[in-house]
Amino acid sequence: MPDSTRPPILQVSGLHKWFGALHVLQGIDFSVAAGERVAIIGGSGSGKSTFLRCLNFMEMPTSGRIALDGTPLGRTSAGKPDEVRYPESELCRVRERVGMVFQQFNLFPHMTVLENAMEGLVTVKRMKKAEARERALRELDKVGLGGKTDVYPGRLSGGQQQRVAIARALAMEPEILLFDEPTSSLDPELVGEVLRVIRQLAEEGRTMLLVTHELGFAYHFATKVIFLADGVFHEVGTPDEVLKHPKQERTRAFLERFTEFSF
Amino acid sequence: MSYQWDFSPVLTRWPLLLDGLLNTVKIAAIAIVFGVLVGLVLALLRLSPRRLLRLPAAVFVEFYRNTPPIVHFFWFFYALPVVLNISLDPLVAAVLALSTQSGAFYAEVFRGGIRSIERGQWEGAKALGMTHTQLMRRIVVPQAATRMVAPFVERSFELIKTTALASTLAYGELLYQAMMVNSETFRPLEVYTAVALLYLVLLVSCSALARVAEARLTAYR
Repeated sequence: MPDSTRPPILQVSGLHKWFGALHVLQGIDFSVAAGERVAIIGGSGSGKSTFLRCLNFMEMPTSGRIALDGTPLGRTSAGKPDEVRYPESELCRVRERVGMVFQQFNLFPHMTVLENAMEGLVTVKRMKKAEARERALRELDKVGLGGKTDVYPGRLSGGQQQRVAIARALAMEPEILLFDEPTSSLDPELVGEVLRVIRQLAEEGRTMLLVTHELGFAYHFATKVIFLADGVFHEVGTPDEVLKHPKQERTRAFLERFTEFSF
Repeated sequence: MSYQWDFSPVLTRWPLLLDGLLNTVKIAAIAIVFGVLVGLVLALLRLSPRRLLRLPAAVFVEFYRNTPPIVHFFWFFYALPVVLNISLDPLVAAVLALSTQSGAFYAEVFRGGIRSIERGQWEGAKALGMTHTQLMRRIVVPQAATRMVAPFVERSFELIKTTALASTLAYGELLYQAMMVNSETFRPLEVYTAVALLYLVLLVSCSALARVAEARLTAYR
């Protein structure tokens, strides 16, 4: 359960993102408490992936501020409070703390499964190989791939690859995990194994944000659901409020498009 | 055709040709090493986010791409010494010409290899908290290297063949030595046939080596 006495672990204020003339995120204010699980839904092009990608600076916000554990990220110079600069060293430290799982897995094909899971520990955290190996094995066991450690990702199914990607992110022991449509590029029969792993992480009480089209999963997974449309949060609430009793016409229209939508 | 083939005058002068072949290998090896260095610097400049660095490198590459190699040989041998008021050894001038030429093309090979790595690989590495240097060293360059092998080998073969132009500077590589043999024997048919065969053997052995190297680098696929 979210702890209301603590400051939010992640806080976003006035977030805007422009791609050239395209105003993708149009002023978002939002916060996440430790242990919360947020599902972000919306049509394609609604800006939901862009929003998620701004949180670990895969996309640089055009304006607005993001704070992690109460500390605003980036630097401003006197007289120009709107111009936030992000030194590389700071971005790297933030990304260590905010892990990401991608739609396309993005595993490193020239490394084995084990090496993939060890890579961040050895290169970024400068951990000793033996220790990194132990932690990587632990996470690979957790996602059910302890028996595939010496295989190259190219030999694995999509579902297995995505589970390795989750283990790779987990090994870094991030405070927040971001999932960007983690099952969208999987064959239908492989979706379940990945969702099972994510559900298991939910049971551990991890703080997670998930962009997804799996509304049924979102309903059971999330503590909070956000419906994003045209670059703004149209509706925010519990899964029950947003998915079962939406107040906004726009949300209803979106949900109606999912014909096989059942809880 | 009633021509009487006779290789013996050529074959008896084999030490001259062997000497030429060794010099060809030598100049090619030196030029590849320097060419790679020039190419790495140019590729880094061309991949830089700063226009001020990208532009001169792009001009350099375009210059070499659009001028004949023999002009570079003449320029380094006859023109550069006038500017510097020194005289250049033919080997040095030829290495300068070859390594700048090949450097311009290697730069494109390196740059193309780096840029061929999918955005997802960069993002996967960044998301772990890697710095630009770390992700280049650990993720991008190792994968790009495997894709560079084939075009790199192709450019190097061009370089090896272009070393024949060093004969115009009287550097004693294979073709120049052959011209010497020819002037002694007046057997151009045999001499230049032998030379062609020697180049063929050299390049075929190089491509066998290259295949071994490529197989090792791409073992993970």
